[in-house]
Amino acid sequence: MTDVSSVSHALRSPWREAWRRLRRNRLAVACGTLLVLIGLACLLGPALTGHTIENQNLALGATAPSAAHWLGTDTLGRDLLTRILTGGQVSLAVGLTATLVSLIIGVAYGATAGFLGGRTDAIMMRIVEILYALPFIILVIILIVVLEPVFKTPQMAWLVDLFGGEGQIKLVVLFMVIGAIEWLTMARVVRAQVMTLRQQDFVAAALALGVPKWKIILRHLVPNCLGPVIVYSTLTIPAVMLLEAVLSFLGLGVQAPFASWGSLIQEGADNLETSPWLLVFPALLFSTTLFSFNFLGDGLRDALDPKAER
Amino acid sequence: MIRFLGHRLWQSIATLFAIITATFWIIQAAPGGPFQSERAISPHIREQMLAAYGLDRPAPEQYARYLGNLLRGDLGLTTKYEGWTVLEIIGSAFPISLQLGLLGMAFALAVGLPVGIIAAARRNSPADWVPMALSMIGICLPTFVMGPLLALGLGLKLNLFNVAGWYGWSDRVLPALTLGLYYSAYIARMTRAGMLEVLSRDFIRTARAKGASESSILLRHALKIGLTPVVAYLGPAMAGMITGSFVVENIFQVPGLGQHFVSAARNNDYTLLLGVTVFYATLLVAANVVVDLIQAWMNPRVRLES
Repeated sequence: MTDVSSVSHALRSPWREAWRRLRRNRLAVACGTLLVLIGLACLLGPALTGHTIENQNLALGATAPSAAHWLGTDTLGRDLLTRILTGGQVSLAVGLTATLVSLIIGVAYGATAGFLGGRTDAIMMRIVEILYALPFIILVIILIVVLEPVFKTPQMAWLVDLFGGEGQIKLVVLFMVIGAIEWLTMARVVRAQVMTLRQQDFVAAALALGVPKWKIILRHLVPNCLGPVIVYSTLTIPAVMLLEAVLSFLGLGVQAPFASWGSLIQEGADNLETSPWLLVFPALLFSTTLFSFNFLGDGLRDALDPKAER
Repeated sequence: MIRFLGHRLWQSIATLFAIITATFWIIQAAPGGPFQSERAISPHIREQMLAAYGLDRPAPEQYARYLGNLLRGDLGLTTKYEGWTVLEIIGSAFPISLQLGLLGMAFALAVGLPVGIIAAARRNSPADWVPMALSMIGICLPTFVMGPLLALGLGLKLNLFNVAGWYGWSDRVLPALTLGLYYSAYIARMTRAGMLEVLSRDFIRTARAKGASESSILLRHALKIGLTPVVAYLGPAMAGMITGSFVVENIFQVPGLGQHFVSAARNNDYTLLLGVTVFYATLLVAANVVVDLIQAWMNPRVRLES
């Protein structure tokens, strides 16, 4: 008897079914594996290359890939591989943190609007539409311009010390601002999902039992949105990383002493004629990462929601 | 149709008003003001400068005055380019960005539409999968990688074009190409998907059964409906082109509005930042109304839904 129930449970569990479908999608599995490898390399790699990013060698200057420096050196004689892997830490951290911020805001906003409905929903979605009217990058640039001097005021000195300096606080501002803008689509996805769930009997039952509304949202509606939220989060990560890279390329994002793939590509573009490897290698890794996140997201969408149109 | 237009116009004005108000107050919240971070200026000179720009007034009064000036088409003085009004800067830089955007879009449509239509017509042949595989690469390479690579290949190695500047017609090629490539790839894929969807419908089978030629089916029967998603995409594409112009103008040293916006952000030129944002918002909101009208004209169902 126990056998039968466990078998039928295994067959019915939608998560296990989704996992099975995902594993059959070779492209998605390859991209997922690649992302794990890139993540590990960025995390552990800088310690293993035998060079540090502080290690300048002006006499050496920019050299092409060699046995000592696998991807060559930059104009200050620093090992490019080490710089790319360290920059990857920043780029991936931006991708993950900003996506987390956008996820929290987007899910809370979308679930509230979708569940309450009526006039509240109309006003909340109108605000989303207004924010949609401008390209995200303009909103992000304005917020960065306004927030950066805020942290230079004496009242904020304690917060700067807490994060360990002005460079660090600039990074944190960047993470938060991108996350605070990128939640719009997430809110729409969650709202649509909640609006269909709201019609179902288990929500009516919870309401009849007198469960408070916030508890219904948190306990019954949000967990049921997990599928689309996971899919959309995976697709938000590359969008966020691209936004960060554009900002860094324009000199408004990550700044020295920190580097990200965006700022490395910008340095490479500046030295393109003399040392093309400075552009090619960071660009290659950056594009591969974006590509992998997008295909993993597509694979997850097919696995978690087979009915969804592509 | 007129009710539809009226409704859309009213909505657009409300949206614009909200954007202007929000941007004004966000920038107002920045500590310090425009003359803060410069070399030490003696207090009375700073006071005079603030008074000259009207920045010594209480914030609500500044806001009311800004809105009033805006209605008369006055966006104020920039705080960093002495003696220039925001409107003069937009007037001198925007035509360049517009030209760049139009050239990029023209390239994207000229390449994307035919490639997409042919790919749909010759489904699963090399004419389908070769361009579609190439377009995937076009979508995955960000503009700021594509631009320098094109500059290296076509500019420095083959010596066909200058890699920076905006003087002769040949200087337009590289920036427009860089801006347009991504969209040509995207439009090709959307056109293919849209056409394939339409080509499987019943009325196409009827047309074919009645003896219409393949080219007439493609161009006369399928095209108008098959292109609906592409037209809907033109609004977002326009917003994307603004983002793209920030990058492309930076790479190729094009003196357009994108460059001014980025340098206004770097220099804390708040009035210029606010003015250009208001200008971009107006532009995009207007573009979206136009796109909606084209859609309503092409597909009556869109009209009825709203």
